[in-house]
Amino acid sequence: MSKEKFDAIVVGAGMSGNAAAYTMASRGLKVLQLERGEYPGSKNVQGAILYANMLETIIPDFRDDAPLERHLIEQRFWLMDDTSHTGVHYRSDDFNEPTPNRYTIIRAQFDKWFSRKVREAGATVLCETTATELVLDGGGKVIGVRTDRAGETIHAEVVVLAEGVNGLLGTRAGFRKVPKPEAVALAVKEMHFLPEEVIGERFGLTGDQGCVIEAAGTISRGMAGLGFLYTNKESVSLGIGCLVSDFAATVESPYTLLDAFKDHPSIRPLLAGSEVKEYAAHLIPEGGYKAIPQLFGNGWVVVGDAGQLNNAVHREGSNLAMTSGRIAGEAISMIKSQGCPMAPENLSLYKAMLDKSFVVKDLKKYKDMPALLHTNSRNFFMTYPQLLSKAAQNFVRVDGTPKIEKEKATTAAFVKARSRWGLFSDAVRLALAWR
Amino acid sequence: MTAPVVRIEDRLYQNRYLVDAGRPHIKVRPHQSPSANLLALTRICPAKCYEVNENGQVEVTADGCMECGTCRILCEANGDIDWSYPRGGFGVLFKFG
Repeated sequence: MSKEKFDAIVVGAGMSGNAAAYTMASRGLKVLQLERGEYPGSKNVQGAILYANMLETIIPDFRDDAPLERHLIEQRFWLMDDTSHTGVHYRSDDFNEPTPNRYTIIRAQFDKWFSRKVREAGATVLCETTATELVLDGGGKVIGVRTDRAGETIHAEVVVLAEGVNGLLGTRAGFRKVPKPEAVALAVKEMHFLPEEVIGERFGLTGDQGCVIEAAGTISRGMAGLGFLYTNKESVSLGIGCLVSDFAATVESPYTLLDAFKDHPSIRPLLAGSEVKEYAAHLIPEGGYKAIPQLFGNGWVVVGDAGQLNNAVHREGSNLAMTSGRIAGEAISMIKSQGCPMAPENLSLYKAMLDKSFVVKDLKKYKDMPALLHTNSRNFFMTYPQLLSKAAQNFVRVDGTPKIEKEKATTAAFVKARSRWGLFSDAVRLALAWR
Repeated sequence: MTAPVVRIEDRLYQNRYLVDAGRPHIKVRPHQSPSANLLALTRICPAKCYEVNENGQVEVTADGCMECGTCRILCEANGDIDWSYPRGGFGVLFKFG
C-alpha cells in the first residue's frame, strides 16, 4: 500500500469523514479512508438525531436502506427543578410526511451503512488502523500519514482530517490547538431497551413516530449543560452533558448526574422496566464560531467536530459535520479536476464555500451565546429554572390566596434572586446573543 | 428520593472492550502530589479510570476508558498525562454509540 499514492486520505469514518470520502470517491478520486475502530461506528457516539436534508444532498435515496429508527413528530423542551418540569412541546401531524425531516438513529449501525456506501462509491476503507502522525515535506506540505499498521508513510495529495473533537493528528502537527475546557462538553449516555409497543404507549406514538425531550435546569447542578431523551425503535437514548470547565470546577461526577436525571420524577416513569445495554461518553464541541480553528492549509483540510463545527444552541452537530465533509470533498474534487496543487491558496475554496453555507452562517449568528451561557451558567441553569417552576406552581395551585398576591410573590421571587438590573441585563444579553 | 447507586464496574460491564494488554494508551507522569485538574479526574472521568493511591498520588487504569478525551483536555497541556488513542482495533467498541 505504501507504494501507492492516493488523491486523498480521509482520517476517520464518522459523519464528516464518510461524507468527504463518499463525495470524492463518487467523483472519481482515488480515496483511502482510515478508521481506528474495529468497524466504522465502533468509536462514534451521538444522541442521535439525523437531519434528512443534509444527508439527502449527499445520498438522495438514503431512505431506501439506511438504518433509521423513528421519524420525529414531537419535540419537548423542558426546564426542570428537582421535582418538576415546565415544558414547551411541539407536536405536529405535518411531520408525518412522505419524506420526514428528522430521524433518530443509532450511530454504530448508521455509520456501518454509510461506510458501505463509501466503499460502493469506490473508496478504500481500512479499519483497525490508527493514524499516528501527519507526514510533512521540507516545505511544510502534508504529503501523507503514518499509521500504527505499517511503519511506512502512506502518501496522498491531500489529507482530510475528520478525526473528531479529540483528534490528535492536527493538534500534534500544530495546525490547531487542543480545545479549551470551556469549549467542549462531556456527555454521558445510556441505551435503555424497552419493547417497541411500550415506547409507543408511553410517548403516544404509533408506528415509526418518534419523540425527543431536551431538558435543562437543576439536573446540571448549576453547570452549563443539557439532558436529553431520544426514542429509538426498541430503545431510549438518555444522556446528559455539561462543559468540561464546569465539571473541573465543581468536580461533579458525570455518572452521578446521569443517575439523578434518570431518577427524576418526570423521567423515571418513562424508563421504568428498561434494560441498559451500553454506557458511553463523548466530548461535544461547544465553542461556537469563535472557537473555529484554521480549517485548511498546505495539503490538509479539517472537517466536522475536529473543526468545532457544532451548533450548541440548536444541538446540531452531525449535519454540520456531514455538510463540511461534503463541501471539503467537492472543493478538493474541483481543485483536482483543474489539475491544480492542493496548496492553501487553492484549498481556501473549501473555506469560502463553507462560509456561504448554513454551517458558518448559523455558527456566526450565535457567536456570543457560548460566552453568555458559560459565564452565567448558574443563573441560566439553576436560578431561572427554579424560579420558573415556582411561578408555574404558584399559577396553577389553588389555595385561596388572591391572584394579585400570587403575582406579586412571583415577581418578588425573580427580583430577589436576580435583582431588577440582573433580570434586565440577562434579558438584553440573551436577546443580543440570539439576534 | 435518592438515585440507586450503580457501581461503575457494573456500568462498564455492559460495554465491549478489546484491551491491549500491557500497552496502556494513557500514562500519568510520576508526581509527588497531584495538580488540581489531575485530582479532579478521580471524580470527573466518566469511566472512573483515575484513582488516588495510598501515597496520595493519582494512578490511571485505562481498561474501561471510553476514549472521550476529557482527561486530555484538562491534563495534557500541563504535562500531567500522556494521551494517545489505542492501537487500531483495540479499546472500547461501541455496539450502539
